[in-house]
Amino acid sequence: MILSRRAALGLLATAPAIAPMAANAETFAGRYAYDPQAIGPGLWLVRGADEAIAFGNGGAIANAAILACPEGGAVLFDCGPSLRYAQGLAALAEKLCHGPVRRVFLSHLHPDHALGTAAFDPAIVAALPATRRELERDGNGFADAMYRILADWMRGTAVALPAATVVPGPIEVGGRRLTALALHGHSDGDLVLVDEASGTLLAGDLVFHDRAPATPDADLAAWRQSLDALLALPHRQLVPGHGPFDPTGTAAIAQTRDWLDWLEPALDQAVTQGLDMTEAGMLPIPERFATMKMARYELQRSVAHFYAGIEARRLPRIDGTG
Amino acid sequence: MWANHAAWLLGKAPVRFDPAVIVTMPDVTENQHVFPVTVDARALPKVQRIVVLMDLNPLPVAIDYQPEGALAYVSLRIKLDQRTPVRALVLTADGIWHVAGRWVDAAGGGCSAPPVSRVKGDWAQHLGEMRGRLWPQADQTRLRVTVRHPMDTGYVDNIAAYNIESLRLRGAAGQALGTMTINGSVSEDPAFTLLLPPGLGGPVQVHMADSNGRTFDGTLAP
Repeated sequence: MILSRRAALGLLATAPAIAPMAANAETFAGRYAYDPQAIGPGLWLVRGADEAIAFGNGGAIANAAILACPEGGAVLFDCGPSLRYAQGLAALAEKLCHGPVRRVFLSHLHPDHALGTAAFDPAIVAALPATRRELERDGNGFADAMYRILADWMRGTAVALPAATVVPGPIEVGGRRLTALALHGHSDGDLVLVDEASGTLLAGDLVFHDRAPATPDADLAAWRQSLDALLALPHRQLVPGHGPFDPTGTAAIAQTRDWLDWLEPALDQAVTQGLDMTEAGMLPIPERFATMKMARYELQRSVAHFYAGIEARRLPRIDGTG
Repeated sequence: MWANHAAWLLGKAPVRFDPAVIVTMPDVTENQHVFPVTVDARALPKVQRIVVLMDLNPLPVAIDYQPEGALAYVSLRIKLDQRTPVRALVLTADGIWHVAGRWVDAAGGGCSAPPVSRVKGDWAQHLGEMRGRLWPQADQTRLRVTVRHPMDTGYVDNIAAYNIESLRLRGAAGQALGTMTINGSVSEDPAFTLLLPPGLGGPVQVHMADSNGRTFDGTLAP
């Protein structure tokens, strides 16, 4: 019998036959710390670390938002990487909002935002249809990778597909009025919400702020169009998927756009100059991105995501048959 | 594993761990099927062979390159089946092996998951498509060549090993520029950067052969 690490940890948690061993095992001491930042009426930002997913941060690298419902209870926008994180986030939200979590919106498929859905009744978890499809495709692979890196932080976490579908347009949850937009570019399904009471754009990973954008499922042309759409959208302030709150509402959009506008031609030029992937990963990063954390890391990831495709377009055929 | 590999690869030849061999790899293993590695041994005299070794891979040797008329430099992409040391072993004419490298972290499955073109099912339509160019520069002529090939390792259910086995470079006068033995631990759709002496304007003939006896030829020009 071959057991994945995930299945093995699950067995430890549930199988009575080995409970005595588990009882004698060391208890995992990791605790997530939440530092909710009030950014509007009944609205809190819970920041993720501006780092890569690592054991040291428990995978809590993505931002989440908590919105209080006028009729009591809470709405969450994203719910972190693990069951443990999402349970803590829900407890925080219930305390801040004096009532249960009524609805969890998923911005997109990536595990640092989405695997926390394991903590909720799927009926209250809502996502775009594209996000659900992508989670069906990639969710288990993500979970395996997260268990490998995060081990006990992930205990009990399994992919829980959202059962509710977000329809673009106005949404009301417990009297909190939101507008949903279905965009894409960072992934196939990027959900954006605008909170009417505070004028806050909850941008998900379409917008990064002082933290370099990640591109594993990106369509850069579509991403740029979505950023244009966000700029045109009336709002006063912005919560990015990663990085600090943007009180201007536009600076983080412009910075994300600037990075994408630099990245794509830089990689294209690297290919046409004959650079290899290792060399492209060491390209100088312009001074104006000095405030961006994880810039070198995300550049090297983006090289891995795009380089072979650019080579296939830009290098000439030499076998005499093309 | 190192002692074992060193015994069968290097025999009783003297071995030196040598910072003159520069092995460049990204800090992050974004894709364990396609991990780029650059070996630069130009600081060493009279390099005879460059071997790229991943100690803990089921196919531990990726390439064995003899840069006959080329500079001691190669970039390639490899598969990683788990966390492993990745090393370059460089043999100089005095019979000494110069070794450098580092540990690389990677998730499992680089050698035991099917290549993308097998999943898409289009590998046969593109088999052997070659792309590349020469870039004449002041102190060298840079060469890049890519070829479409599934590079099956034989470790995926019901797919036999099938990979490019050799690459040979010839100059305009037929002179040998470089010869490489290639294994299935080189990534799908192999891509190489090699450096030739300056002033070699081309064309350069590249010839590859795979384990089913197919051969692939291309002509590289600036």
